[in-house]
Amino acid sequence: MRPFKYVRASDAAAAARAVAANPRAKFLGGGTNILDLMKEDVERPNELVDVTRLKLSEIKAASGGVSIGALAKNSDTANHPLIRRNYPLLTQAIVAGASGQLRNMATNGGNLLQRTRCQYFYDTAMPCNKREPGTGCGALEGLNRIHAIFGWSDKCVATYPGDMANALYALDAVVRVRGASGRERAIPVGEFHRLPGDTPQQDSNLAHGELITAIDLPKSNFAKNSYYLKVRDRASYAFALVSVAAALELERGRVKQARVVLGSVAHKPWRSLEAEAALVGGPASEESFRRAAEAALAGAKPLAHNGYKVELGKRAVVRALMRASRLA
Amino acid sequence: MPERTKQKTHIEFTLNGEAVEVAFAPHKTLLEVLREDLNLMGTKHGCELGECGTCAVLVNGRSALSCLVLGLEAEGRSVETVEGMASPAGLHPLQETFADTGAAQCGYCTPGFLLVAKELLAANPRPTREEIKEALCGNLCRCTGYIKIYEAVELAAARMRGEELELPREAVYGLD
Repeated sequence: MRPFKYVRASDAAAAARAVAANPRAKFLGGGTNILDLMKEDVERPNELVDVTRLKLSEIKAASGGVSIGALAKNSDTANHPLIRRNYPLLTQAIVAGASGQLRNMATNGGNLLQRTRCQYFYDTAMPCNKREPGTGCGALEGLNRIHAIFGWSDKCVATYPGDMANALYALDAVVRVRGASGRERAIPVGEFHRLPGDTPQQDSNLAHGELITAIDLPKSNFAKNSYYLKVRDRASYAFALVSVAAALELERGRVKQARVVLGSVAHKPWRSLEAEAALVGGPASEESFRRAAEAALAGAKPLAHNGYKVELGKRAVVRALMRASRLA
Repeated sequence: MPERTKQKTHIEFTLNGEAVEVAFAPHKTLLEVLREDLNLMGTKHGCELGECGTCAVLVNGRSALSCLVLGLEAEGRSVETVEGMASPAGLHPLQETFADTGAAQCGYCTPGFLLVAKELLAANPRPTREEIKEALCGNLCRCTGYIKIYEAVELAAARMRGEELELPREAVYGLD
């Protein structure tokens, strides 16, 4: 690992100022993605601003919903009674990710900011516009089995690999951030990550030095009928090939409100408004779910090696909706 | 790039129940500090990237991968390594059952498995096989497979509850 300056921030304002003042500084949270990327020489910060001891780890009821601290650990968040009771989809998504050890370490804010698992991004001998803008995309014409089928550009076909953010998107969560000037803003989870376009080096819409302080979950009517389905190469401790966060509000067997968010298919969590429109007003039935799944994947543009994600995605949407509505 | 700093940082923390002080270069991971500055070689260097679990230690009673924790993060906290598992009275029940059932072959993954299993049993004294599998999914063994490891955890859990457990004959062939 290259040497770096280590600073322990005294409060959120000082942390944001310290990172904003140095273009090559990064926040250090749980360390589960920044330290491995530093060892691989993919990330090269010359300063780490440790935020782990800031008082941002509370999980509390707030204005009808729940506010979860940016520095609350993934395992504490998944196991919190308020989350288990009101947002079981979030618990399912978190425990589907990584291993117990990593969930004990990883923070909620850091989880949102985890970087892609594209092999070309990790391999410093290969071209990658995300790692080194202007060098090209190794995956576009290389091995792209795990890559995007939606929203990719000729500069980058990487996916956002996380699970938690997909559930947060389905639950209409909002990310609270604080800038170096003290300015706070709230970013809906769906607008937090971005598509690669011509600047795939930017994963999110955060400005340099903006610190995530909390994630707010509004009151939810999805607790009874939601399901997080993660499909991967082995049964545990692997990233998703396709995942689906499905949430339904049912009224006498009909769908009043729906959320369908796919993971690991794009550079950001991929919400399908088409699938949701196909569901709302219709019956909670396998036939209706199949129509929604067709709508969800209709716009997919697979690459040479990931055509399987289209059919897999359809079946995953159907199964997640069947489980959410307790028909399977 | 900043120049490689010669200056060491100095921290105090609790290691296996004892207060320790240690000085090290600030970019070192907890794994490196434990092995190189505190001379505790039980915690193993594996993938170094948070994928194999052999460097697992307990920080404030919870498992963490010491290869992805800076040594500085240990300041003021309580760290337990495999060296802290045995007591003057003898080995920890998990250490005994791992030996009895042949749950270790080359042994390189064993310290991580032991500590993560200890964390599991502290929270859940009667885990199902599925719960054991899930808890240990971040620890990789490339020698024996996992069946004997699951059996060792089940047997230790039973003994810690004051019960005995009949294991399949082939799991205990070395005992008599």
